[in-house]
Amino acid sequence: MWKYEKKLQYPVNIKNPNPKLAKIIISQYGGPDGELGASMRYLTQRYGMPYNEVKGILTDIGTEELAHMEMICAMVYQLTRNLTPEQIKASGFDTYFVDHTASVYPVAASGLPWRAEYIQSKGDIIADLHEDMGAEQKARVTYDNLIRLIDDPDILDPLKFLRQREIVHYQRFGEAQQTKWNDNGGAADKTA
Amino acid sequence: MNEKMMIKKRIHAYDFAIHETELFLDTHPRDPKALHMLREYRRRRQDEVAKYETRFGKYIVTSNDVPADNCWEWVDSPWPWERQV
Repeated sequence: MWKYEKKLQYPVNIKNPNPKLAKIIISQYGGPDGELGASMRYLTQRYGMPYNEVKGILTDIGTEELAHMEMICAMVYQLTRNLTPEQIKASGFDTYFVDHTASVYPVAASGLPWRAEYIQSKGDIIADLHEDMGAEQKARVTYDNLIRLIDDPDILDPLKFLRQREIVHYQRFGEAQQTKWNDNGGAADKTA
Repeated sequence: MNEKMMIKKRIHAYDFAIHETELFLDTHPRDPKALHMLREYRRRRQDEVAKYETRFGKYIVTSNDVPADNCWEWVDSPWPWERQV
């Protein structure tokens, strides 16, 4: 089960609404390499995992991804506050607004809704952990791209935090491959 | 930054350090240094929360709290996605 803590993992406080940027940032919620997919991928893969360290890391990173999803949604929410019809039309946010008003819905920047095909749960530890490492790098590149396109420091600060998390998760998934089943002694065994 | 915000910021920093150490321990469950750091960060966080609560009241409302006499405070604003001003 999960218990909700009534705070963000890292603060999001955006002073200036900007629906145009909301439309691209939302891709890290419902896009192909977004946080929703990340969370569902890891939490789902747990059931096929034979080793406790890997069950642990998938549970904890999958849970952290839920907190990242919440940060991205908070950014989209704050960027689309108090818009006038003129701002909605001029920014290109109208194509989103017509279906979802200013509510948050999991779509890619292109408008394509989130799809379960973005993730895999293969029941094979090597295949799944390699997918996970690839997913972290793809999400890192998406953050790189967003950072290239944005110059508001209120937005860049949480995006940079999230980008760093992708790198840490990549590292942890890499170590997970070298734990118990590695005959040469992995990270966990070396320190025993 | 006032005292209240400074303590809050320290608690957040310990929360982050605790989470990072937990992830590391998932793949290094017997690492003595990491285990020591986790105990230390938890202790320091607890101290900061106690410091906060003696001066400013409840640090964070959770759904586990014993409700006040007249109100279920869990539903009160702000929710985390709302801008804190």
